[in-house]
Amino acid sequence: MDLFIQTIVNGIIQSGFYALASIGLVLVFGVMRVVNFAHGELVMVGAYTVWLVHAQHGAPYLFTVVLAIILVTGIGLVMERFLFRPMMNDPLGGLICSIGVLFILQVIATYVGGEGPSKQVPPPFEGTMVIMDSIRIPYQRLFSICVSAAALVTLWYFLTRSTLGWAVRAVSMDREAAALQGISTVRISMVAIGVGAAMAGLAGALMAPLTNINPHMGHNVIITAFIVTIVGGIGSLPGAVIAAVLYALFHTFVTTYFSGTIATISGLLIMVLVLIVRPTGIMGHRVSE
Amino acid sequence: MNASVYRTAVLIAGLLIGLTILPHFLKYHQQDFLIFLTINILVVVSYRLVTLTGEWSLIHAVMMGVGAYTSALLSKNFDISFWITLPLAGVAAGTMAALLSYPLFRMTQFYFLIGSFATGEAIRLCWIQFIKPFGGTGGISAIPSPELLDIDFLEPIPYFYLVLIIVTICVFLLYRIEKSRIGLTLHAVHWKGVLAESVGVNTWNYRALAFIVGSLFVGIAGALKVHYIGTVAPKQFDIGFMVFILIWVIVGGYRTFYGAMLGAVVLSVLDEFLREVNQLRPAIYGITLIFFILYLSGGLERLPQKIGSIFRMRKQGNT
Repeated sequence: MDLFIQTIVNGIIQSGFYALASIGLVLVFGVMRVVNFAHGELVMVGAYTVWLVHAQHGAPYLFTVVLAIILVTGIGLVMERFLFRPMMNDPLGGLICSIGVLFILQVIATYVGGEGPSKQVPPPFEGTMVIMDSIRIPYQRLFSICVSAAALVTLWYFLTRSTLGWAVRAVSMDREAAALQGISTVRISMVAIGVGAAMAGLAGALMAPLTNINPHMGHNVIITAFIVTIVGGIGSLPGAVIAAVLYALFHTFVTTYFSGTIATISGLLIMVLVLIVRPTGIMGHRVSE
Repeated sequence: MNASVYRTAVLIAGLLIGLTILPHFLKYHQQDFLIFLTINILVVVSYRLVTLTGEWSLIHAVMMGVGAYTSALLSKNFDISFWITLPLAGVAAGTMAALLSYPLFRMTQFYFLIGSFATGEAIRLCWIQFIKPFGGTGGISAIPSPELLDIDFLEPIPYFYLVLIIVTICVFLLYRIEKSRIGLTLHAVHWKGVLAESVGVNTWNYRALAFIVGSLFVGIAGALKVHYIGTVAPKQFDIGFMVFILIWVIVGGYRTFYGAMLGAVVLSVLDEFLREVNQLRPAIYGITLIFFILYLSGGLERLPQKIGSIFRMRKQGNT
């Protein structure tokens, strides 16, 4: 029973990362119709920033989190300006460009960190909270889930309450109609990728003390993000958050009781199943051709 | 027409003769490289058949793995001769493709891309997970090499000739398929899907057919590869290799038959020179890819045309 409750708690904490890491992919696809294959690598850059500046050079953790967000947002904006914008009318072109970026970022990470074993960052928040003698939550994880939740609520508030957020949603619903209303789609694309990349950077920075950091960690991130995106419904932000929570619980449970690989295999199969049975996902809606 | 056929025939004959004598002038590791290059040519040409219908699949590398694992398991565990497992590898990959075509071809474009990626990754993770037949992350080693008369196929030169013969036959078959009625229909499905449907072409069937035939040939390529190396592991068929296939086809130019081959040859040879800067290799690939997609989207095969048009523009500017 204790293991059961502990697994639920772990799953909920995990869902924060999944949601943060996937939301950028959803946002960029919704607004720009581009699948950003390098999204996992953006998370990786966030984690590397924390490792380099905090663990290696002793800068305060919170400062490096902010630094990671700024750096990754910058990379996202550069990608938008020089790759996705010229490729606006060719979705496959954008995707292939992002694969190129993926390689470049991996090589840079290898150069910065060197080859060899995965890096570890000692958790800045030590200690563990114990509830009812049996359920253990390390403070570091508690901190991450709180920050993730805060970031997601801020994003939700931004998208539903601010004019700019409305514009972002308008463009993701219908690009041409939004342009006819006088919304600058180029500017909105920049906002979308900026926000998406910032979330990825934050996810990476929060993940850094809790995971193994290596140049190829983006691979697992992008698989998770794909599953969450498809199951949640492409382009649907609430869907992505719900799917992130569900998938995190599912993945944690299968990992605890069976193995991590089986968890990923079944996740991928669920995703294929969703693509076949209900391609719009749990929260998506049908879009006419 | 006769003149151009004649010219092409001479060109191909010259190429084949050149390839036949080439390995004798190379060092040992270069002979290895030549074998892999020849196999990769079959990989890209078969991938092109899949892309003819306009769908970019990300499962081709895994299909190669299906063939490779089939051949490795059969020849190692059941002592079946290479000459039987080789076609069986193709059949296995083709069958797998036929089964997958039901779910996969319910999707198009972006969804197909992601769906094929997910399915491929799931298959690949199965090889890692189920250690009993597949050997886990380490894969299967000590795969027997082919036996024929007294030829020692562990040596690169005899194996190269074997690969050259099989790849030439396969590429020729693929070429005939593309030029046949079926191939023309595939083109039609890509460029004028709705029109093709309206004249009675079952587009689903043709898309599935291209996928199955492409997978069949890449399964053979997979078997050829692992019987030479002697080991098969999930890492050989990961998304990284898939991306290489994609890069070869895009850099070479996917619109013509020889474009894809050109891409594989040029980039592989370039890759050989980059051995010194091993760490940098992926980044150079990445930059090449971005450059081509942004500035030379037709690929290398369009290069002469592009240069020609630049010169023409210069001339017009002067007058």
